[in-house]
Amino acid sequence: MIPTKDKKARENEDWVACISRIREAQDEAAFARLFAHFAPRVKAFLMRSGADATLAEECAQEVMATLWQKAHLFDPSRASAATWIFTIARNRKIDALRKQKRPEPEDLPWGNEPEPDQADVLALQEESDQLGDAIAALPEKQRVLIEKAYFSDLSHSEIAEQTGLPLGTIKSRIRLALDRLRHAMK
Amino acid sequence: MSDKQIKHHLTDALLVAYSAGSLPEAFSLTVATHISMCDDCRARLGAFDAMGGAMVERCDSVAMSVGSLEATMQRIRAAAPQAAPAPRRKSSLPHPLQDYIGGDLDAVKWRSVGMGVKQAILPTSRAATARLLYIPAGAAVPDHGHRGTELTLVLQGAFVDEVDHFGPGDIEIANEDLNHTPVADIGADCICLAATDAPLRFRALIPRLAQPFLRI
Repeated sequence: MIPTKDKKARENEDWVACISRIREAQDEAAFARLFAHFAPRVKAFLMRSGADATLAEECAQEVMATLWQKAHLFDPSRASAATWIFTIARNRKIDALRKQKRPEPEDLPWGNEPEPDQADVLALQEESDQLGDAIAALPEKQRVLIEKAYFSDLSHSEIAEQTGLPLGTIKSRIRLALDRLRHAMK
Repeated sequence: MSDKQIKHHLTDALLVAYSAGSLPEAFSLTVATHISMCDDCRARLGAFDAMGGAMVERCDSVAMSVGSLEATMQRIRAAAPQAAPAPRRKSSLPHPLQDYIGGDLDAVKWRSVGMGVKQAILPTSRAATARLLYIPAGAAVPDHGHRGTELTLVLQGAFVDEVDHFGPGDIEIANEDLNHTPVADIGADCICLAATDAPLRFRALIPRLAQPFLRI
């Protein structure tokens, strides 16, 4: 199995292992590896969302500290490390930049098995990687719109103002992009 | 809390915006409450979160300051141990909504808006308004104008309007184009969570414009 797997998918599993070493053994070396990879990305995400460099630096540190503190809540059969870190960074962004709370859905009783099923973990990590490929393969115009929706904190009407495109076109383009993503996932 | 009978779901646009964190708080509350009741939309949100993750993973990066790792380790060491969340009391309402009410339905501070209909505004940021609506069985919501987008999520009972029948967990997404008169199902009183991004005005509060009180 392993030689056929692509580099990114193995990297995803590696990040999962790092987070479990933080949870099990407060492993600072594992944290340092996660930090080197993810902190600069989180900082870029926050700056593209409108934070200045100082605020983005501070928030990125807080996001990574939250990762350490909440390592026991990470479930690799439900999200990749990047997805989980994105959700922490997104919540920090709402709090710090928009001064709002973010109501979270009620958590499901996911069951009390201490370790998620390994096959579920592998499948989820590979699918996350394929989704990344699918986004990278999108036509430029569609990818830019999705990036704006996630990074720039723009409403649909604001996206329309920025690009000079009519609102309906934007909405249908976003839907088209998501449709293509779904098919690429199959 | 999930219900297999839900047939009116969130749109992709709302899920993307909730995942990206760009909705006003009142809309986020309504989306989070629907997802608490709807496994389909929960799964779709998971896919949109994964899209956010994929973009963080593959986007550019900005170098952290010198010494930032050590500064972060110091934050971790200085942080107070995380307190376990307080146990929740059993409730008929999804958790995100309970948090905004500060309890169950019996804790809601209803105010009459006329003709048997009551409402309670929930404390959110002012960019949009979230409120609970209590509509007696068979009664109509007083005619109200909404200039922006209005989300209406059924918590208990059901309502019918020109579009369809909406039961527990169903969400109606209306914009300026929709002129609707929701009428509570005759079977039971209807309780909804409604979010609007423009200030909502009950025209029926002005007596001369009062709409006839529909009884089925």
